[in-house]
Amino acid sequence: MKHDDKHISSYESLVIVLAILLALTTISVLITGFHLGPLTVAVALLIASVKVAIVLTQFMHLKFENRFLRLAVSGVFLLFALVVIITFIDYFFR
Amino acid sequence: MIMGNETQVSYLEYQGRYKGIWSWLLSTDHKRIGLMYLYAIIFFFFVAAALGLLMRIELIAPGRTIMEPQTYNGLFTIHGIIMIFVIVIPGMAAVFGNFFLPLLIGARDVAFPRLNLFSWYLYITGALLGILSQFMGSGPPDTGWTFYVPYSVESATSVIWALTAAFTLGFSSILTGLNFIVTIHRMRAPGMKWMRMPLFPWAIYATAWIQVLATPIIGITLLMVIAERVLNIGFFDPALGGDPVLFQHLFWIYSHPAVYIMILPAMGVVTEIFPTFSQKPVFGYGAIVISSLAIAFVGYFVWGHHMFTSGMSYYARWFFSFLTFIVAIPSAVKVFNWISTMYGGAIDMKPPLLYAIAFIFLFMIGGFTGLILGSLATNVQTHDTAFVVAHFHYIIFGGMGFAFFAGIHYWFPKMFGRMYNNTVAYVALAFNFIGFNLLYFPHFIMGIQGMPRRAYDYLPQFETGHFISTIGAFILFTGLIIMVWNLRHAARRGAKAPANPWHGVTLEWKIPSPPPHENFDEIPEITTRPYFFGSKDNN
Amino acid sequence: MTLHQTHTEHLDSETGKLGMWIFLFTELFLFGGLFLVYSIFRAKYSAEFHVAAAELNAFIGTMNTVFLLVSSMTVAMALTAIQKGERKLALFLLLTTILLAGLFMLNKYFEWSHKFEYGIYPGSPVLKNMSHGELLFFGLYYMMTGLHAFHVMIGMVLLSINVVKVKAGTVNSTRFLMLENSALYWHLVDLIWIFLFPLLYLIT
Repeated sequence: MKHDDKHISSYESLVIVLAILLALTTISVLITGFHLGPLTVAVALLIASVKVAIVLTQFMHLKFENRFLRLAVSGVFLLFALVVIITFIDYFFR
Repeated sequence: MIMGNETQVSYLEYQGRYKGIWSWLLSTDHKRIGLMYLYAIIFFFFVAAALGLLMRIELIAPGRTIMEPQTYNGLFTIHGIIMIFVIVIPGMAAVFGNFFLPLLIGARDVAFPRLNLFSWYLYITGALLGILSQFMGSGPPDTGWTFYVPYSVESATSVIWALTAAFTLGFSSILTGLNFIVTIHRMRAPGMKWMRMPLFPWAIYATAWIQVLATPIIGITLLMVIAERVLNIGFFDPALGGDPVLFQHLFWIYSHPAVYIMILPAMGVVTEIFPTFSQKPVFGYGAIVISSLAIAFVGYFVWGHHMFTSGMSYYARWFFSFLTFIVAIPSAVKVFNWISTMYGGAIDMKPPLLYAIAFIFLFMIGGFTGLILGSLATNVQTHDTAFVVAHFHYIIFGGMGFAFFAGIHYWFPKMFGRMYNNTVAYVALAFNFIGFNLLYFPHFIMGIQGMPRRAYDYLPQFETGHFISTIGAFILFTGLIIMVWNLRHAARRGAKAPANPWHGVTLEWKIPSPPPHENFDEIPEITTRPYFFGSKDNN
Repeated sequence: MTLHQTHTEHLDSETGKLGMWIFLFTELFLFGGLFLVYSIFRAKYSAEFHVAAAELNAFIGTMNTVFLLVSSMTVAMALTAIQKGERKLALFLLLTTILLAGLFMLNKYFEWSHKFEYGIYPGSPVLKNMSHGELLFFGLYYMMTGLHAFHVMIGMVLLSINVVKVKAGTVNSTRFLMLENSALYWHLVDLIWIFLFPLLYLIT
């Protein structure tokens, strides 16, 4: 059976990734303590997006996968974002 | 040059691990699965067509003819559910995609053969659930196949059965799309670069992405309707703060791309037929590739054109109308390319080509009338009228349906190893074409004159139109029966087909008719561009 | 000439992995529909969403986030372990992942039953007396966390299958597609939660 030369994530690197994720989680929880008004959502979502990107690239190995897959993942998120934005063209301007 | 040993057993005869009927029902051979889809689709098509015929009988004259209004509402609902979710969405991909995608790319099967069989079982389950919705619970659903809220929440009929059927069929579609994407990425024959792939696989590829990325939305939406019915969840209920138009958005976010799932493979099939019967390469291969991908992509952003009168904002209406006009362009490019393919070619008039030409004619009528619907001002007049019914039947039936007929007449010799009677095929085609136009063209006129859709009764001024339409339905139904009878007769007793009866140049014509179990003795190596008519290998 | 069997026992790993990624795309769009509904009603009823979210226990939510993040690490480590041939470690890590998933589900059970006690569930009279925005918030809360929990359970089943296969040796250092794909699926479950957590728990 064909095998590609796989990049194997080291245990250390995975622990570091977790540490970063936990730190970001802490920040996002603490942030909600501050009253940033509407910005709170934006910041919380931004941090969530960073966490998602880290899980995708590190845990899910996307950083080491082929270009097509990385393009496809970005494409999926982009398409979803466009659909949401277009739906808002209705709701925002009613 | 025919590749493969003539004495190798065909896929129809092959007996593997299982015997008898189980060698079919447990087969993971893409060709057998394609046939099983074909037989199921023919069966369910005639069920739904008969239901349509019953509707036409009711509508032959105003007032009650043979049924009560509630029955009529149930009929148009199940007719739509079966036709859309069981026939047209799966149809081309499940039958011809399954059978011919691996052959056209030089593969032995799809990437996940067992998943492929699972898709078929999901399909059958979904179709049966749809049929069961007619008999279980509290009466056949009467919401229309579009399940609009609030009625789909309020209706006392067996809506949840129908919703579950659609959900199951959607899951089948997703898995098939997934299978085809991976197949095309990973299993093309050596040397078959992307731009050497024939155009039917390209069409399947574009379609598969839509299957995979749009269908989940209808899945979750159907679950939301069930949640409304069972849990009163409130998303679509104004009394609880919800918005019924939100359902329409969610529904059409899938169901518009779904029409491209229907038409892209159909376009792919005729794109194979035109070069073969013109003995000339496809005109503008690159343009067709880009158009297919463009249709799939832009098709995601036009869904609101089903909702122009629902109360959307002005900017939304403007946006969707504009994008709708844009998405028509790549289709027009394809029509131009098909005709240019034929121009100057050595035309061999055979049933597949004539069906493909009929496809162009009918599809264009559907397309032009789509512009009338896509235009904001004229939409107000035509929305929810018989005009819409005519438009989508021209596109779906005249388009995808006739392309399906073209495809089955094109690939029949390969699939069954037999030739059918051309004369009878032409007779059926004539009945189909004339019947189709008599059935649907009056609907354009009646629609503009104010005849609503999904209406059990109507004013006397529409009597003539409906009468003609019902006559057309009978002629069409006759044509369909003649066509299927002709093919069935040929499958059992037709003359043996050569490997390449139409002098085609794609890979499926290089193996015996019917193909052996493993498709190719040796996986071919591709060295030429597709649609290379230069060599002497055309027999 | 070998007749290639179409019933491959050993699926080429790149092909299998691509298949799983595409399946993950479908899951993203499945949840996406709910996120779309959330964003519409969030925009319309922002104040009321704010009020309703205060009813949720951010501590439990955070705990659950930690559980899933750690479980993503442990399953990724399990993959590393299997690739290095460290079978016992792989088993331990897989079981830890399943345990963390179980703790997540336990939390969820407590959360939900606590809400039910207070009469907060879809269609309840308490909900009907709330403002529209609050009612819709809880509808979304139940549907989104419910669908997510369903996927957690599927993930637990997949991981358990991997435990059996690692024990039996059918998932090993040269054949680990099943584990790799199950890990991908598990990370998706984590991904969804990473978005759900702030949108439901942190918008107070």
